[in-house]
Amino acid sequence: MARSEIRFILNGEDIALSAVRPDETLLDFLRLRRSLRGTKEGCAEGDCGACTVLVGRLADGELVYEGVNACIRFLGSLDGSHVVTVEHLRRPDGSLHPVQQAMVDFHGSQCGFCTPGFVMSLYALWMREPAPSDAAIEKALQGNLCRCTGYEPIVKAARAFDTYGDAASDPLATERTEMARRLADLRDGSRVEIGEGKDRLVVPSSLDDLADILEAEPKATIVSGSTDVGLWVTKHMRDIAPVVFIGGVEELRTVIEDETSITLGANVSYTDAYRSLGARIPAWRSLLDRIGGDQVRNMGTIGGNIANGSPIGDTPPPLIALGATLTLRKGAKTRDLPLEDFFIDYGKQDRGSGEFVQSVTVPLPKPGAIYRVHKVTKRRDEDITAVLGAFHLEIEGGRCVSARIAYGGMAATPKRAKAVEAALVGRDWNEAAIEEAVAALAQDFAPISDMRASAEYRLLAAQNLIRRFYLETAGEERVTLQRYEEA
Amino acid sequence: MTRHQPNLTAEKIVGGVATDTRHDSAHKHVTGEAVYIDDMAEPAGTLHACLGLSTVAHGKIIGMDLTAVRAAPGVVEVLTGHDVPGENDISPSGRHDEPILATEKVEFFGQPIFAVIAETREAARRACAKAKVTYEELPFVTDVGALDPASDKLVTEPLTLKRGEAAEAIAAAPRRLKGSMRIGGQDHFYLEGHIAMAVPGEDDDVTVYSSTQHPSEVQHMVAHALGTSSHSVTVEIRRMGGGFGGKETQGNQFAAIAAIAAKKLKRAVKIRPDRDDDMIATGKRHDFLVDYEVGFDEAGNILGVDYLYAARCGFSSDLSGPVTDRALFHCDNAYFLPAVKAVSAPLYTNTVSNTAFRGFGGPQGMVGMERVIDEVAFATGLDPLDVRKRNFYGTDERNVTPYHQTVEDNILDRIVGELEKSADYAGRREAIAAFNAGSKIIKRGIALTPVKFGISFTATHFNQAGALVHVYTDGSVHLNHGGTEMGQGLYVKVAQVVAEEFQIDASNVKITATTTGKVPNTSATAASSGTDLNGMAAQNAARQIKDRLTAFAAEKYDLPAEQIVFLPNRVRIGNQEIPFGDLVKQAYMARIQLSAAGFYKTPKIHWDRDAGSGRPFYYYAYGAACAEVSIDTLTGEYMVDRVDILHETGRSLNRAIDIGQIEGGFIQGMGWLTTEELVWDDRGRLRTHAPSTYKIPLASDRPKIFNVTLADWVENDEETVHKSKAVGEPPFMLGMSVLHALSDAVASVADHRICPRLDAPATPERVLMAVERLKREASS
Repeated sequence: MARSEIRFILNGEDIALSAVRPDETLLDFLRLRRSLRGTKEGCAEGDCGACTVLVGRLADGELVYEGVNACIRFLGSLDGSHVVTVEHLRRPDGSLHPVQQAMVDFHGSQCGFCTPGFVMSLYALWMREPAPSDAAIEKALQGNLCRCTGYEPIVKAARAFDTYGDAASDPLATERTEMARRLADLRDGSRVEIGEGKDRLVVPSSLDDLADILEAEPKATIVSGSTDVGLWVTKHMRDIAPVVFIGGVEELRTVIEDETSITLGANVSYTDAYRSLGARIPAWRSLLDRIGGDQVRNMGTIGGNIANGSPIGDTPPPLIALGATLTLRKGAKTRDLPLEDFFIDYGKQDRGSGEFVQSVTVPLPKPGAIYRVHKVTKRRDEDITAVLGAFHLEIEGGRCVSARIAYGGMAATPKRAKAVEAALVGRDWNEAAIEEAVAALAQDFAPISDMRASAEYRLLAAQNLIRRFYLETAGEERVTLQRYEEA
Repeated sequence: MTRHQPNLTAEKIVGGVATDTRHDSAHKHVTGEAVYIDDMAEPAGTLHACLGLSTVAHGKIIGMDLTAVRAAPGVVEVLTGHDVPGENDISPSGRHDEPILATEKVEFFGQPIFAVIAETREAARRACAKAKVTYEELPFVTDVGALDPASDKLVTEPLTLKRGEAAEAIAAAPRRLKGSMRIGGQDHFYLEGHIAMAVPGEDDDVTVYSSTQHPSEVQHMVAHALGTSSHSVTVEIRRMGGGFGGKETQGNQFAAIAAIAAKKLKRAVKIRPDRDDDMIATGKRHDFLVDYEVGFDEAGNILGVDYLYAARCGFSSDLSGPVTDRALFHCDNAYFLPAVKAVSAPLYTNTVSNTAFRGFGGPQGMVGMERVIDEVAFATGLDPLDVRKRNFYGTDERNVTPYHQTVEDNILDRIVGELEKSADYAGRREAIAAFNAGSKIIKRGIALTPVKFGISFTATHFNQAGALVHVYTDGSVHLNHGGTEMGQGLYVKVAQVVAEEFQIDASNVKITATTTGKVPNTSATAASSGTDLNGMAAQNAARQIKDRLTAFAAEKYDLPAEQIVFLPNRVRIGNQEIPFGDLVKQAYMARIQLSAAGFYKTPKIHWDRDAGSGRPFYYYAYGAACAEVSIDTLTGEYMVDRVDILHETGRSLNRAIDIGQIEGGFIQGMGWLTTEELVWDDRGRLRTHAPSTYKIPLASDRPKIFNVTLADWVENDEETVHKSKAVGEPPFMLGMSVLHALSDAVASVADHRICPRLDAPATPERVLMAVERLKREASS
């Protein structure tokens, strides 16, 4: 049985909407339909955080609140969730929330336009870590831009906010059980279908249902985290209907781990990936830290990052370097292919009509293998890659016995550096071999110049990443910048 | 809010001057209750506008087919430049070179050529994309490097500053060198983009809510565009979500279009461009190409400098005249130049017309000077800080600027001396050298740079302000002035001044939206002048009322005026004390006027532009910063490890607000000189027009250790409001310390023997390329 309304909870109120356009954003809904104008639009592309709200969802029965960018979050993706906006924070007696009070006391606002977004990001941090380290504060604020304060007073407020109140007595904590029950009640196991043609949106009830829908409507736009598709709407005003919102398909959030590999469902977000890839492969933790800000990491998925086919997606090169396998599904059938073969050309992937990315299986580096990922950007955090290099080598007895090296930002697709690999494998592991490999990179790539970097810089930086990899294996100290020691 | 109950026995009022009073809207900022223009309840039937932008950098419009636009769903009206009832011009310079909507030709990629008015913002945006415009393309230029300042087109008159004979001094100097430096522009990236909402009234009247730093100019521009008088147009702004100069003139266009459409359609019209359109279609900080030649001696004394400051002004004059003038006014930064010639070249380019941005050309002027210092330091092998100190202005001699103003308030030696000590510059320089010797890839650098910034509008007539103060019969006070609030804390500072005057708690002073209907003919809230001007005007208004109250009480109680004393929330009249509100009530009953218009004009200043001589600045603001950075010599990436700042704001009205300006200004200046890069492509398109491509600093980019101190031993020598000093712009230039620390780190790869000549912004790419060049040159 299909349902024809989206149901969620906004602050305290039950919302049921039968009139929802497939490309209607949460931000427009809040501001235009509900006149909740505390949430601001700064950029409409998920980069400034002025529109940050919290979305609570049930994950394995547990209620999790995450900051998201309302400007690129579609209303249709909220079925069964709890949306919390800045208007929900004031205490019943009219007093400020502890996070708000700390921001006031430390002079954390000047023009005030970005402030509600900062308050929401800090609120999410406070619930997670009431006494955060500077590193944790900065990470929590990677997705929020402020142009007035220089951030110092905001960081000071965050350092102090555990003295302002107790996160355990926060309404979102005390009402957690009740809210989880209300959200569970919203899950009736039915598919949601609203509208026809240009107005059509579908929320599948399960993985099998998704496969059925895409067989019937192979041209549908598949949307999970909408960190990219959101911009198709807000910036390019593209018609994306019919839209299939897959974010709620629980089977696609599954993570299967064994001794030698991790299989991630396509809906596994970057944030989720800390607990699997990040926990088992240290290089992934620092990579994930440099993908977007918390809002984007909470929304964006590794499956989406792959399916989207961007030459500057951050996860394909490190996955390719590990020899990851992609599982695609169409109807009841699945097929596997090496991830590197998925990317055919710019904007072109090996994905058939009605087919979708179901999961990616990531072999762990072999014991003794060396695996490093380096991302180069203009601004350190929350920036799109200029060059990204992923290196996975086995060096035994002073010789390189295997090498898988892949780059992003260097070609029309994420791509292996096969000439570099060939220059290294079977060779003694020394500076001379490295310099030959560095020279070979020019055979692998002819990068372009754009607003992020010149071709010359891309090539040189990509070459220097090989040199850095060598220095690391040679025991040279301090070969990368590190703002904080890893916790 | 409950009514304020004043404490009638307090020893001090709450929220007077020299207190850390919070921003008046802080509690509304954090709750989302502060109302920005897009948050206002729209009148019923409000329409929404969107601008159609040109898609060539330079060309004649030979066809504009808007049929599909008009037919698109929800579209009510499409306006072109021919629909402007008055003059199709919003040039703030009076040169008539900036159409609201271009008609015959377009002069940059992204120039507005039509406006769609529709039932919803989305409908207007979607319809815009349906236009079919054809052009006869013309040659275009986006980069000043491709232009000849002597013969190519300028948008306004250049300026020459001259003191002594620079050419002779350089020729006679024991050593000389020349070079050039590129200094990039900067997008304001105010978090609230441009917005205007126009509500039509009766007759020719229209009220425009405009996110502007300059309501009076918006009023005049709207009146010209409508072909009506200024008295028909009211412009109001309670707060902006950031301005930074980007809303000094650039709001005119949006206000004019909203007003034209509103009057034509007799419905309210709102226009809020998307972030990308805002960044493409509105002006930015000027990029500069600075050519310099300097003569100096082995001891690092600068003997003569010859400068050419060529600026990318864009297609129209806008504020490029005064911006390039101010660049020259700061080509000395903190240094005495015995002989100097500086020439500006405000060049025409096929790019958006550049505009005001915090510092207004001053930062670019100073960056040019600091490059010269760097060159001299590397040429002589001296520490750059020693070269700086050697060339500082003197107090009794060596104290005349290139524009012949004598520097009377110099505190450079003490500011820099104290900072050098507190930041342990010498000790850390040694430690850094030791670190670099043992670190192959990561290199560190340190620099200490000073700031001296001239305060006043260089157009003398702008240095005036008005205020309006009402005291109501319950003793509460309504405050209004011509300054606008963009986050800088102007409103609360002026409220503190008024509270101090009446000796009432600041919560008893209601701060009200800036509107042309209450205070007329105002200047832009710009040039760091907001508090200096409006604080004094408000003080003047309050004093008028206070004087009347004093005279009234003296007469009524038959006492000499000296025995009427305003104490916190009360007034001592002879031997008795009565609440302030009671005296006000009595005065009202006695028919005493309880409202006053205040006025202020800055004394002492004058400027003869043709002669290049005068006293354009009432005083100078000073500060210094010491930055330490680490660079990665494999990728050019970097981190700012520590920054120490010592800055002065005279006798601060509000230390918390001032420190906020210093911290925020520093970070913004650092962003300008590091990661904020504007890139135009070979079609003349700006490619960095959103936060995904244009990178302002994040929390994790701020210095890991950040010590900011106010030099509280300073008070303004001049009679400014409570002896305070301006703070809006000067701290921005403290960001130069990061550029020079990066330069120092780069220089370490060639043993500090070669000047890195690091251009701005010093992106990781520029840093890496400089490292590579130095390595090459050092080994050859």
